[in-house]
Amino acid sequence: MNKITRRKLFVGGLATAAGATGIGVAARLAQKYGLVPPDHGGIYGPGETLTYAAQRLLTRHSMAREFPRSAISARPFPNEVEAPSETFKRLQAGKFVDWRLTIDGLVDRPGSFSIDQLRSYPSHSQITELACEEGWSYIAEWVGVRLSHVLSTVGVHPQARYVVYFSMEPDTWESIDMADAMHPQTFLTYGMNGDELPVAHGGPLRLRVPRQLGYKNVKFITHLTVTDSMKRFGKGLGGINPEFGYAWYAGL
Amino acid sequence: MATLGSAGVPLESAMATAASVSPAATRTARHSLLVRVTHWIITLCFFALLITGSEILISHPRFYWGETGHDLTPTLFRIPIPASRRLVPTGYGYTLPDQNGWSRALHFQAAWVVVLTGLLYGIYGLFSGHFQKNLLPRKPDFSWRGISADIGRHLRFARPTDADARSYNLLQRFTYLFVIFMLFPLVIWTGLAMSPAFTSAFPATVTLLGGRQTARTLHFFVSVALLLFLIVHVVMIFVAGFGHRMRAMIMGRASSRMEDV
Repeated sequence: MNKITRRKLFVGGLATAAGATGIGVAARLAQKYGLVPPDHGGIYGPGETLTYAAQRLLTRHSMAREFPRSAISARPFPNEVEAPSETFKRLQAGKFVDWRLTIDGLVDRPGSFSIDQLRSYPSHSQITELACEEGWSYIAEWVGVRLSHVLSTVGVHPQARYVVYFSMEPDTWESIDMADAMHPQTFLTYGMNGDELPVAHGGPLRLRVPRQLGYKNVKFITHLTVTDSMKRFGKGLGGINPEFGYAWYAGL
Repeated sequence: MATLGSAGVPLESAMATAASVSPAATRTARHSLLVRVTHWIITLCFFALLITGSEILISHPRFYWGETGHDLTPTLFRIPIPASRRLVPTGYGYTLPDQNGWSRALHFQAAWVVVLTGLLYGIYGLFSGHFQKNLLPRKPDFSWRGISADIGRHLRFARPTDADARSYNLLQRFTYLFVIFMLFPLVIWTGLAMSPAFTSAFPATVTLLGGRQTARTLHFFVSVALLLFLIVHVVMIFVAGFGHRMRAMIMGRASSRMEDV
């Protein structure tokens, strides 16, 4: 056996103290610069926090890969949606003219928008890949209005940290941080592959956030709330998927 | 000392043995503390990654080549198991329970630990001379005769020599170099190449591979290669003497076969 010398003990103690202080300082800095995700608690919290912090330091302004038109998948895979509710069927019968997107929370001018109103804003398109956490993916052209544009028309308060978005599907909601909300590729999408956004793909309105996985791209959006804290929403984890053990930040 | 030196024992450990003048003069330092600690951390993480990776795979046991692929497109190959998602056409009439949430969380957390531990090991290996002394093939062995002799010994399942107990032989060195500098970097690369956020900042990491689905398929193949390595590694430990090798990797001391039977 090695004898533990006084020197070893001293160096070891110093290293431990420095390490503990370092972790403490890092945690304070991470909190200050918004590098801590809402689902930072629990046994997988350290991993989620490291991933989110690293991505925010590396990818705050990066653009999701865009593809040539020839790369668009012949058959985009819509995945499962729940059977439409009576309300949805009624709106669909009326060609969604009565569909409303309400925006509230930390904004100057809360309001409600029809699909036509959203169409009247500057329209953008992106040919990007939608990747599911299961492993599959497809490429499509998505047409919509930038979320940042809609947010600027309602006037977001400076203390805003998250945009929470709700689906017409019951208990279906998610949230993104302001870096993703203001990102030029984050769309409120109403068109796909040269047509209206099909209902199977979330029509009439889907939030498209191409730097995150499919489950953050919520279908049938009816409501946005701007907030400075996720604590008041559900279990405070930032979305319905985190409540089932999925990461709030789904860029990985 | 001359015989120890020729067996490739690190100089300082040989000196330490001499200095301590212990009765068991044949016991020599085998693995440094940092190598042992990082070895077992990575072992633990590897099991976590293996189990969670399999769980994630079960949600979509189909593989593709190129950028895209899904339930409606042809596959490169598929694994004939039931899936944990209803829409996957597996041919089975039932689905397995969905374990993706915690599996993904643990997969990435373990991957973080592997990356950070691997970095620590890499820096240590470079600056301590560990790579040079213990992993790079020694000059005298590095000849066709040396290589074929070593392969022959392995094929005959020859019992390891005392030199083997103190230092890695040539095939071990090649294998460890391949695992540490090829398979581990590749499995991390192909994993990151599946991240839509990471590839937005570093698009070359996925375009060089030929697309997201190719990255996923390669990630699977590299994982299988790592699993094969693990199996061979464990089998060889039993061939060489489980107690001796485990003691070396836990306590850090090598012991010759003859002295503690």
